[in-house]
Amino acid sequence: MTDQTKEASNQALIELLYQLADDDFILAYRGSEWLGLAPHIEEDVAYSSINQDTMGHATMYYHLLEELGEGQMDDLAHAREASKRKNAIILERVNGPGHYLKEPRYDWALAVVRHYYYSQAKKIKIDSLKSSSYKPLADVAVKVSMELYYHLMHWNVWFKQLIEAGGEATERMEAAIEVVRADFGDVLSLGPLGEDMTKLGLIEKEEHLKKRFQEKMTPVFESLGLLYNSELGQRSGKGRQGEHTEDLQDALKTLSEVYDSNPVAVW
Amino acid sequence: MKWSDDFTSEQKIQLTNALQSVKDPEIDSISIIELGMVDRVERNAQELTIYMLPTFMGCPALDIIKSNVLKAVSQLVWIDQTMVSFINDPPWTSERVTEVGRERLKEFGISPPPKHFSMSGEWHVQCPYCDSTYTAMDNIFGPTACRSILYCKSCKNPFEAMKPVSTMM
Repeated sequence: MTDQTKEASNQALIELLYQLADDDFILAYRGSEWLGLAPHIEEDVAYSSINQDTMGHATMYYHLLEELGEGQMDDLAHAREASKRKNAIILERVNGPGHYLKEPRYDWALAVVRHYYYSQAKKIKIDSLKSSSYKPLADVAVKVSMELYYHLMHWNVWFKQLIEAGGEATERMEAAIEVVRADFGDVLSLGPLGEDMTKLGLIEKEEHLKKRFQEKMTPVFESLGLLYNSELGQRSGKGRQGEHTEDLQDALKTLSEVYDSNPVAVW
Repeated sequence: MKWSDDFTSEQKIQLTNALQSVKDPEIDSISIIELGMVDRVERNAQELTIYMLPTFMGCPALDIIKSNVLKAVSQLVWIDQTMVSFINDPPWTSERVTEVGRERLKEFGISPPPKHFSMSGEWHVQCPYCDSTYTAMDNIFGPTACRSILYCKSCKNPFEAMKPVSTMM
C-alpha cells in the first residue's frame, strides 16, 4: 500500500467506527431517559438492561477508535460537538414532548418502533461486520451479536403485540412507523465514504444492507396485515455528514454536564 | 485457561490460587476462573499478562475485576509487573462456565446456563433450590446484564438464571 491509499483506508475505517459508535451511544442515551417511566416495572428493568448493553457496544467502538489514535474514548463520547457526530438523525430525536424531569409526555410507540427498526438494521450490519476485513471489528461484532439477539427478541414482542392490539395502540404504532420510516434511510446509509468501506471489505455495500432490511421487514408487516413501505427517507438531513438537529445539541449538553464539570477527573 | 511455556508447575499452582481468590463482585460465590473469564496467561521474564474475556460488554464490574486481579497477583514475589487485558477473541460464551462454577451459581440462587444452546429458543431452566423444571420466565432481562428473572411454581420461589449466550446468535 502506498501512504496515500493507507491514509484513505484508515479514514474509511474511522468513519465507519464513528457511525457505529455514535448510533449506539445516542440511542442508549435516549433509552436511559425512559428510566422510571417505562409502561411497567418489568419493562423498566428490561429496557435499562438493553440500554446498558447498547452503551457497552458504543464503548467498544470508541475503544477501537482510541486504538487508532483518535483520542481518549471518554472524550470521544462526551466532548465532540454535534457537527462532528456521525449518528443517524432519527436516533437523536427526543422521546416526545416534555422533559424527563418535568412532565415527560414520552411516546412509547415511537420508542418501540425506533428500537425495533434499529435492532433489525443493526443485526444486518453486525452480521456483515462479522466477516469484516478489520479483525478487531469482526471480533466485536461477534460479541455484540450475542447481546443483540435478546434485544431483537424483546422489541419484536412489543412491536407485534402493540400493532395487533387494535384501537389507539395500532393507530399510534402506525403513526410512529411513518415518523421512523421518513428518516430511516439515514440509519442504513454508510455516508460519503461508503464505497471505500466496501472496497476495503470492512462492510458490505449499502444497497445490499438495504435490500436485506427490506427482505426482513416485508414478511413481518405482511404477517401483521400491514403493507410495508420500503421508501426509507432522510427527511431531517444526513447524520453521516454531520447534519443534526437541536435535539442532539440539547442531549449533548445534558449528557456531558458532569464530564464538563471536570474533564480530567477519573470516574 | 491456557499458559505460555515459561511457568513452573509450582508457579502455575500459585497463580491459579491467586486468580481463584478473585470472585465476581456481584456473585461472590463464583470465581473468575469458574466463570471461564480467564483465557490465557503469558509470562515474559518478570512480567505477566493475563488475557480475560468480558462476559457482557457493558458490564460495570469489569474495572473492579481488573483491579482485584492485580491486587491478588501482586502477592506473588516472582512477578514484578502485571497487565490485565480484556480481549474479544475468543468471545466469552455461557458454555465456558465450569462444572464447579455451575454449582457455585446454584449456591447463590442462580440457575446455571443451559449446557448447550439451541437456536430453537428452547431453554429449560431448573430451579436452583428444588431442581424442579416447573418454572416460568418472568423477565429475560434481570438485575444485571447476564441474568434473567424466573419463578419456580413448584417451591414458589423467585430465582435468577444466567442467560445463555452463544456464537450461534
